[in-house]
Amino acid sequence: MKSTTTKNTSLWKSVRLGATILLVFVVYAYGFEITQVNLDELRSPQRQESLVRVTRALFQPDLFTYKQDESVVNTPIYVPCPEGGSVPAPTPEDRSAPYLVFSPGCANPGDTIQVEGFNFYPNAEGALRFIPGNDPTTKLALGSDTVATDAEGHFVATLKIPDRQSPQAQYVRATLRRNTGLPQLTDTARDTWEKIVETVFLALLATTLGTILAIPLSFIAARNLMKSVKSPLGSISLSILGWPVGIVGGYFVVDQVSAFSAPLAENIYLNLLGGALAPVAAMLAARWALPEMETQTPGVPLRIARLASLFLAALVGFFGLYQVASLMVNLGALIGDRLGSFEFLGNFMVQSGDIIRTITPVVGSLAVGGAVSSFFSRLGQRGTEKLTKSQVKLMNLVLATTAGAVVLALLGQAIEWLYELNRPDITRWGMSLVGAAAGALLALFTEAKTSLPIGLAVYTVTRTILNTLRSIEALVMAIVFVIAVGIGPFAGVMALGLHTIVSLAKLYSEQVESILPGPLEAIEATGANRLQTIVYAVIPQIIPPYISYTMYRWDINVRMSTIIGFVGGGGIGFLLQQNINLLNYRAASAQMLAIAIVVATMDYISSTLRERYV
Amino acid sequence: MLEVKNLTKVYDGGVQALTDISFTVPSGQFLAVIGLSGSGKSTLLRCINRLIEPTAGQIIWNGVDITAASPDEMRRIRRRIGMVFQHFNLVHRSKVITNVLAGRLGYINPAWSLLNRFPDQDVKNAMRQLARVGIADKANMRADELSGGQQQRVGIARALMQDPEMILADEPVASLDPVLAHSIMKHLEEINKKDGVTVLCSLHFLDLVHRYADRVIALNEGRLVFEGLPSEIDDEKFKDIYGREAERVG
Ligand SMILES: Nc1ncnc2c1ncn2[C@@H]1O[C@H](COP(=O)(O)OP(=O)(O)OP(=O)(O)O)[C@@H](O)[C@H]1O
Ligand SMILES: [Mg+2]
Repeated sequence: MKSTTTKNTSLWKSVRLGATILLVFVVYAYGFEITQVNLDELRSPQRQESLVRVTRALFQPDLFTYKQDESVVNTPIYVPCPEGGSVPAPTPEDRSAPYLVFSPGCANPGDTIQVEGFNFYPNAEGALRFIPGNDPTTKLALGSDTVATDAEGHFVATLKIPDRQSPQAQYVRATLRRNTGLPQLTDTARDTWEKIVETVFLALLATTLGTILAIPLSFIAARNLMKSVKSPLGSISLSILGWPVGIVGGYFVVDQVSAFSAPLAENIYLNLLGGALAPVAAMLAARWALPEMETQTPGVPLRIARLASLFLAALVGFFGLYQVASLMVNLGALIGDRLGSFEFLGNFMVQSGDIIRTITPVVGSLAVGGAVSSFFSRLGQRGTEKLTKSQVKLMNLVLATTAGAVVLALLGQAIEWLYELNRPDITRWGMSLVGAAAGALLALFTEAKTSLPIGLAVYTVTRTILNTLRSIEALVMAIVFVIAVGIGPFAGVMALGLHTIVSLAKLYSEQVESILPGPLEAIEATGANRLQTIVYAVIPQIIPPYISYTMYRWDINVRMSTIIGFVGGGGIGFLLQQNINLLNYRAASAQMLAIAIVVATMDYISSTLRERYV
Repeated sequence: MLEVKNLTKVYDGGVQALTDISFTVPSGQFLAVIGLSGSGKSTLLRCINRLIEPTAGQIIWNGVDITAASPDEMRRIRRRIGMVFQHFNLVHRSKVITNVLAGRLGYINPAWSLLNRFPDQDVKNAMRQLARVGIADKANMRADELSGGQQQRVGIARALMQDPEMILADEPVASLDPVLAHSIMKHLEEINKKDGVTVLCSLHFLDLVHRYADRVIALNEGRLVFEGLPSEIDDEKFKDIYGREAERVG
């Protein structure tokens, strides 16, 4: 009984093994088929010839060149030999200048004659050509013979006379070249240098942008921080509603400030005044509104006054920001003209000012959105604490229904815009209805005052988005940005920046998840709020790995930025691709060399820095 | 006065860490919490300042129901309850003075503390507390450059910064040698006797309990099995607390 089962299993095993081998065989056979593995191609003489050519070119990067002196001698020759056989021997008038001697002195087409040269540059190389026609100055030359002189400037060579006949004298031209002076950079080398600098700075900007935005994201994407974030439904709904309200309101307010600030933008002295006074005023107002310490809970009028003061501080702050931006633009333009080759500094100021001006409304509305949302959320929290259970239930029902409707309606608008459905009945009303129903159900089926794990929900959504975006290659993102902002390094910065944000946010958040929980617990126990806990217990623990990952990412970005030019994203890749397409392999070689040097240097720097700081 | 009423904690995994615990601690008392490893001492102490959310029961402190407090109220309650940990729980890469100042986080305005700004009086006070535990000269060193005993002093200074009415100490001397253990316990005793701060301290060694505690409660598998004076722990009670096979040492 037992033996039969063993037999069966062993039979079954070998069948399975056979099937597996067969399957593997088929898979690889198919793989060869579709990847067109074919060594014949490699063996064909044509391929090998070009391989040799390319390989040689790659080992001779087009980097240095010399200025060259040329010595050209045209000596007449008769082809065919004139009737009667008398050859006018070409006798040079000056025996100290370069000259050529043929033997025999004339030739029939197809003959090979010996050419001897005297008094050329010593140890030089050059070309020996037949010049058809009767004009020694013509550019047209036949043949591809090369000659080299000895130390006395003498050479002996043979020349096959082509089938060009003329009763008058034709010519043989010897052109010898010699390098003079020091080696100089070629144009290719200059272009390569320029582009490699662009590449490094592209990577630097992308890394900076990515790091700045990835840090806050990494906290939201860390499970250990988000797990304990819980909030009652009313508070969650209100904070969701707070975002659109705040963003729209914030945009409106910042826009007004911008309009107010615009007339003052032209005058550089007003800019200076505004840019200096506004931050001070904002700071003072904020200090009054946020006393360093408070032992008693303040009364309602004081709190309203403080809120108003904070609002005012924000207004003045935005005004100051606009003035600083104008100041940078004006000042940059002013000094840029006078700086000569340091004009880029002025240009940098102008561009930075412009960037501040452009992103202030975005940052402003987002900040106001966040502030309104957190204020609303506190209101919800208060309401939940103060009201009775059934009142809270009612409040939750109303708020969750509204919040659900608003969120899905916004989502619907995005879908409408993306797919151009032109179906507002579905994308607006249908979606809102679904959202409202979902909100209402949530409100009905949860206990009125319990706190829901909103932190985990936010964490999950963030992680999902990060993982999805991360799986899109930076090169693909670059294509999208090339379409959006045009060919050039800016598209590359945007693409690499976005990719950096998502991948760093993931790496960072894993670091946050692996910090020691003890200090976190201790800081929390002192009565610190969440933000304080992050600043005092989390950030000190994550600084070393953050530095290390940022360096690592810069390293990757330098590598990426060398090829992002292939799709038009700026940097050296564009040049490289162009030269490869033009079969200009010596130039391509120069660019590859530059990439190799930069990548190796970056590698070295980043590993050294990482060792030092971690 | 701290009243713990019918406190129960069931962890997410289903572990019943505390079962129906009730006891009262008058203000100014030094209460020792003893019990075997895993009996629920840490859970009990963390339930009191709600680092761990109790499953059922009430904790009432000076008439305020801690278990029902809102997040804002919790912040105000926590800042009057100092906590000292077995593994010190300092932020290693921060300076000693920063670790001590962290004790003020519950008081100062979050907006400014995010910029690492503390009022001058707090900085002075921090130096005073460091001097009180005898390590004023270490203020500007990194916390992880200190020895274990010094780190625990920093932990105590941090708790003192909170101007606490109560200190929860979770095995504060379990990772220290006996000499250091006494010096740390003396600090706690002084804070208790001089400043009138209530101390709840979990301990493993009965000699420390006899030497420092006014009163003892004992846990066994999450249940309260003894409540009384240290001197009342006789051999019979000892076996109730630590199990039949336990041998009394020291
Ligand atoms: N986060 C947690 N999740 C699930 N179970 C836990 C958790 N923390 C503790 N426990 C369990 O709760 C019980 C009580 O643990 P607790 O840490 O309170 O004991 P303790 O008396 O402090 O022990 P020790 O003396 O070793 O510190 C133990 O069985 C433990 O396994
Ligand atoms: Mg414990």
